[in-house]
Amino acid sequence: MLYFSPAKAAAILFTALLVCAFAVPNFFPASVVATWPAWAQRRIVLGLDLQGGSHILFEVDTEQVRKDKVASLLDDVRRALLKQPRIGYTGLTARGNSVEVKIRENSDVQQALSRLRELSQPMGGILSGSGQRTVDISDAGNGLIRLSVTDAAMTERIRQTLDQSIQKIEKRVNELGTVEPSIQRQGADRILVQVPGLDDPGRLIEIIGKTAKLTFRMVDESASVEQALKGQMPPDDEIVYGTEKEGKSPYVLEKRVLVDGEDLTDAQPAFDQQRTGQPIVTFKFNTRGATRFAQATAENVGRRFAIVLDNEVVSAPVIQTPILGGSGQISGRFTVEQTVDLAIVLRSGALPARLTAVEQRTVGAGLGQDSIEKGKIAAFVGAALVVIFMLVTYGLFGLFANIAVVINVAMIFGVLSLLSATLTLPGIAGIVLTVGIAVDSNVLIYERIREEIRGGRSPITAIDAGFTRALATILDSNITTFIAATVLFIIGTGPVRGFAVTLGIGIITSLFTAFTLTRLIVAWWVRAVRPKLVPI
Amino acid sequence: MTSTFIWASLAVIAVLSVVAALSLVPHLHIIPPDTKFDFIRFRRISFPASALLSVVAISLYFFHGLNFGIDFKGGTLMEVQAKTGDADLAGMRSTISGLKLGDFQLQQFGGPANVLIRIAQQPGGDAEQRVAVEKVQKALGDNVEYRRVEVVGPRVSGELLQQSTVGIFVAIGAILMYLWFRFEWQFALGAMIANVHDIVLTVGFMSVTQIDFDLTSIAALLTILGYSLNDTVVIYDRIREMLRRYKKMPMPELLNISINQTLSRSVVTHLTVSLALLALLLFGGQAIHSFTATMMFGVVLVGTYTSVFIASPILIYLGVGTGRADAAQAADDKSR
Repeated sequence: MLYFSPAKAAAILFTALLVCAFAVPNFFPASVVATWPAWAQRRIVLGLDLQGGSHILFEVDTEQVRKDKVASLLDDVRRALLKQPRIGYTGLTARGNSVEVKIRENSDVQQALSRLRELSQPMGGILSGSGQRTVDISDAGNGLIRLSVTDAAMTERIRQTLDQSIQKIEKRVNELGTVEPSIQRQGADRILVQVPGLDDPGRLIEIIGKTAKLTFRMVDESASVEQALKGQMPPDDEIVYGTEKEGKSPYVLEKRVLVDGEDLTDAQPAFDQQRTGQPIVTFKFNTRGATRFAQATAENVGRRFAIVLDNEVVSAPVIQTPILGGSGQISGRFTVEQTVDLAIVLRSGALPARLTAVEQRTVGAGLGQDSIEKGKIAAFVGAALVVIFMLVTYGLFGLFANIAVVINVAMIFGVLSLLSATLTLPGIAGIVLTVGIAVDSNVLIYERIREEIRGGRSPITAIDAGFTRALATILDSNITTFIAATVLFIIGTGPVRGFAVTLGIGIITSLFTAFTLTRLIVAWWVRAVRPKLVPI
Repeated sequence: MTSTFIWASLAVIAVLSVVAALSLVPHLHIIPPDTKFDFIRFRRISFPASALLSVVAISLYFFHGLNFGIDFKGGTLMEVQAKTGDADLAGMRSTISGLKLGDFQLQQFGGPANVLIRIAQQPGGDAEQRVAVEKVQKALGDNVEYRRVEVVGPRVSGELLQQSTVGIFVAIGAILMYLWFRFEWQFALGAMIANVHDIVLTVGFMSVTQIDFDLTSIAALLTILGYSLNDTVVIYDRIREMLRRYKKMPMPELLNISINQTLSRSVVTHLTVSLALLALLLFGGQAIHSFTATMMFGVVLVGTYTSVFIASPILIYLGVGTGRADAAQAADDKSR
């Protein structure tokens, strides 16, 4: 146990120093590190609890995604059956994840089935070969056909919704001028947005929470609002209410959309120069949008159209002259900040589904700084107490243990940097505890050596036996703590996960030092001193 | 200020190291060698005592309850600091109660300028929780700095609680599997009983003190689990070694020798861990206070006691070394 070939000793020292060296970038300012080669730039990221910032968890409204998916299937079914030659049907309804339709004539059922089967595609394209399809079609007898969106297709739809949402959120968050925001998927239907340095997430939540579905539609002035509120209106119309500032007044709008937000190429906050001087948002259409808008306004001069944002009428101006230039403006008694935000969400495009903030944690920069200070003091006092205690208890061997502990902590920082891991306040606590663990390995070894000496062995064989016997115990006892740390890493989030990370890494590095470095130091000492007596 | 402090402590360490290394003074033996405490006999007191304490802890949990933080209960937590002077607790209380947000608590936190505001979960959905925050921020205005604002919606809190409970059971299960693999099943079972005992007592402690029970408490519980086992495993390792070496030694004697031989290590290790925890408790600040306090109780008080007085003696009842059962009984009778 106490013999190390020069090559092995060199390998141990090299590994230890290399891992420690990865911690170096943390001690230089970021601007200096940025000039280094890319492989040397990895450093520890401070958690939001230490540097201040906002952590917001958004949830996609999966219920809405599900409804939309079923509604579009219902549209497809209608269209398929209305194709020439038409197939007569009744009772086309959505029920849960399914659409049901009853074919009038029994003789048409086969024809209907074959048309409807075209609506079902293999999952992941024809080549995937998974055998899964997007829609299950069953003939329930008596002309009743049931089409169900499969779970796989629904999951896929939610996944796509999440992907699209993440892209849009990225655009919106970046436009707010934040520094290094992180936007990640979490679980099946959630998105975690972390923005360092942001201490009032209210505006961010507002901006991300806006679906920003913009449509331009005609006001149906031939229908009376009173009648419509009683439920009597043309089938292609619907009631949409105004925004709060509009007094929430009801409008009867045509369901048909003239142009929608997808055709916008730009949106900017501005002021109404010509008339009121109020804050407005100006926008530009792409060619397709411009053509459609020009055509629609030319056909409807003198009538009103409505600008609808997220199912609320923002304004409903009268078309004075055809708008041919492909640009326009939205006014709606906005404040300046509202126009800035509206322009941001319009530029990013509409979210495919509504997002709600389900969890929000914000730490101010002041508290973060305080936590860093307190963490540092606690860590140094803790380490100092342990180091002194070891010296008093084991003397020279205590010094060996302390060297191992110092290298241990340096290695933890090295590994954390290498992984670009996040250091949190509980994470600092984890490092302090690791100091305890690292010392424990040495204590086990030293106590064993003390025992072997009392058992009458000579110094060198006692040291040898001490290491041999203690190492098995050290391995066993550390694996249990490591299991706990792993579980904590899986279930924990944020600061708690930071604790699991440092604890886990600490266990690995302390095993490394116990098995190699401490032994190497003691072996060198034995060879240099040839002790007649072990000072332990 | 901190850096001076750090350098000063480093200097002290350096000087002490040199002194210790050079003088090779006789070292501190906290536990004298060759102790012969009869730990096993003490089981007649420790087992009933532990059983009683466990029952007390469980009843506390059911009748006194835990002080669930917003992680598990949902709601809003805000830490504010008065920009000048001390915080006006009474004024804040009346301001917030005017907002009609249901249950809320105000509490001094750390210094006199800092106040922790807790607001119960608002009826409705996730959006309503945010509205509550905005109302409070509007009402308190610019006189305070918002150091921390946490809002946990109803669904997330439910999931966190469920995940944490599952996590603890998974951890216990995984460790059980590992011990079963490394030792015989009796050892795994013994460690498990000791483990559950630790968790139950710690939960009782959290109930008595009404410390915030949040995600960091789960971290503390899992760490206690790991540490207490760490200790138990060290003693079990020794017991296994002794079982192999002395084929005929009666169990109580064998267990006593094993515990006594590892006693010095147990005590030294726990002293180092408590020193580290003490520093965290005193200087780590309010944010991790409940975490370190729980850990201090679990690791230092319960963990050590359990490995020595519960985990090891229980092996007798689980039938470790059944071949020696007669001898064990005889030895026990004789010592009476």
